[in-house]
Amino acid sequence: MAIAGRIDHSRRRRLAILATFVAVVLIGWELVKWIGGVPWRFENVLGTGLAIDHNPPFRWPFASDLTLPHWFGILSALAEPVQRNSEQSLGQFLAGAALYTWREAAIGFVVGALLGLVLATLFVHSRLLERAVVPYVVASQTIPIVALAPMIVYAFGPSVASVVIIATYLTFFPVTIAMIRGLRAPDPRALELMRSYAAGRWATYRKVRLPASLPYLFTALKIAATASIVGAIIGEGPGGIPDGLGRAIINFNQQYISGPEKLWAAILVSSVLGISFFAVIRAAELVVLRGRPGAAAG
Amino acid sequence: MAEPASQWVVRLAAVGKTFSTSGTATTAALQGIELDISRGEFISLIGPSGCGKSTLLRVIGDLVAPTAGQVAVNGKPAARARLDRDYGMVFQAPVLFDWRTVEENVKLPLELMGYDGPRRTARALEMLELVELGDFLHHHPYQLSGGMQQRVAIARALAFEPSILLMDEPFGALDEMTRERMNQEVLRIWERTGITVVFVTHSIPEAVFLSSRVVVMSPRPGRITDVIEVDLPRPRDVETREQPRYFELITAVREALRRGGAEAEGGLAPDLASIDRTMAEGGIG
Repeated sequence: MAIAGRIDHSRRRRLAILATFVAVVLIGWELVKWIGGVPWRFENVLGTGLAIDHNPPFRWPFASDLTLPHWFGILSALAEPVQRNSEQSLGQFLAGAALYTWREAAIGFVVGALLGLVLATLFVHSRLLERAVVPYVVASQTIPIVALAPMIVYAFGPSVASVVIIATYLTFFPVTIAMIRGLRAPDPRALELMRSYAAGRWATYRKVRLPASLPYLFTALKIAATASIVGAIIGEGPGGIPDGLGRAIINFNQQYISGPEKLWAAILVSSVLGISFFAVIRAAELVVLRGRPGAAAG
Repeated sequence: MAEPASQWVVRLAAVGKTFSTSGTATTAALQGIELDISRGEFISLIGPSGCGKSTLLRVIGDLVAPTAGQVAVNGKPAARARLDRDYGMVFQAPVLFDWRTVEENVKLPLELMGYDGPRRTARALEMLELVELGDFLHHHPYQLSGGMQQRVAIARALAFEPSILLMDEPFGALDEMTRERMNQEVLRIWERTGITVVFVTHSIPEAVFLSSRVVVMSPRPGRITDVIEVDLPRPRDVETREQPRYFELITAVREALRRGGAEAEGGLAPDLASIDRTMAEGGIG
């Protein structure tokens, strides 16, 4: 009871901190526009019928309505039609695009995580393989994804497969590196103990190495979750995928002058997608690591 | 000795172990070890840090391969004995798995050895009751004290009925009071199960209290310098620790250690109090 109460208390506290943080950002945002934005007119303030004109004392270029639209303008743009005469609202359109992108990212995430797990398993059991291959694994991540994405599309064709490969490419790396560490996490005496039981490599892997590595795995998966979303969004451009957030961002970027709120809304939805994927992995972590010390942290 | 060969659980003949330290340099962790351990004996290996007592324990358990000599366990090579699951191991740290409950920790070796579900459960309960932790089946290791954790480790080591229990300074990390209680506990288990125990320790009183024989070792190179029969009557209990014979034997072991140390140090007696205190030791300890 006491523990449950404490968890409840700390959760409420964290929610309060988050809400405060969001409020500070939103108020600060409008404050910047109030001081250095463009003149604006409040029609009908709080339903009183009064109109107030505001003329900010400065004209900061980064606070204009083009570079920094009002955040409530961005939110209300979500409810407006995505194109003139369109039945669909911007919010609906972006939600559909986000779901589409998430599917690509999720496939890449799963494939990348499995690839990372297999690679780390091989490396942990073979020093030779580790020394020979790990430098290339690291080097692979030094290639900018914007340079690599068109090459992957060139090789595999403009298709969802290419996008998935790009998401995989960003996912496998953190999983590989963390799992090399995680699979080596057990106490050397735990491995001696398994040897004294005459347990083979596979049994030792299943009963000791893998369970001991799970905290490392989840840390990597949380990084990989957000990376896979970024990879899918970047890949959709050269991949020629019309239905995802990547294309939406490119399109709204081209229409920025006529409606900056749309691009901001697309960015907002992208980050909400990334955070949601992260949260899903975090929830899985809490379930899988239940009962271990320190499972509630991080 | 005239006894039949089957009486010996462990036979060590001219066992040596050399580690290569850096490139061409080598360290003799063990040299010319001759030791026979008969069924049901309680043997302590005692000596200062670096005398190779932990290495010797690992050689017996086939965790470290000797570079010279023969190791026979239950009339088989040590590797065969390991594959036959003749060894139960207990280390200085309990090495319990946090993701498993106390009961599941004890069941781990049984899972590996193909015991079926009901037998695993029955065996784990029996062992945990033996170490008086029957009420803690569903606790996680980190919820227990150090002494209780070590008792779980002992229950786990005994669960699959090995014929020999190898204990590497199992109570070295515990406070003196807990240590004495654990000594009593381990004797009770030993008497009930009739298992052969090889016990590595830094503590002279512990070695004397527990053992049927104390094997005194000294470093550089690690070797056996003395074997002292402990003729204290059994069962041993708190009063054993107050008998004059107990103190005589402690003195005998201390002097044997000093002699061994004096040989190694070329006439200089090592600070034996510091040997008693030393808990951590290096890789060849």
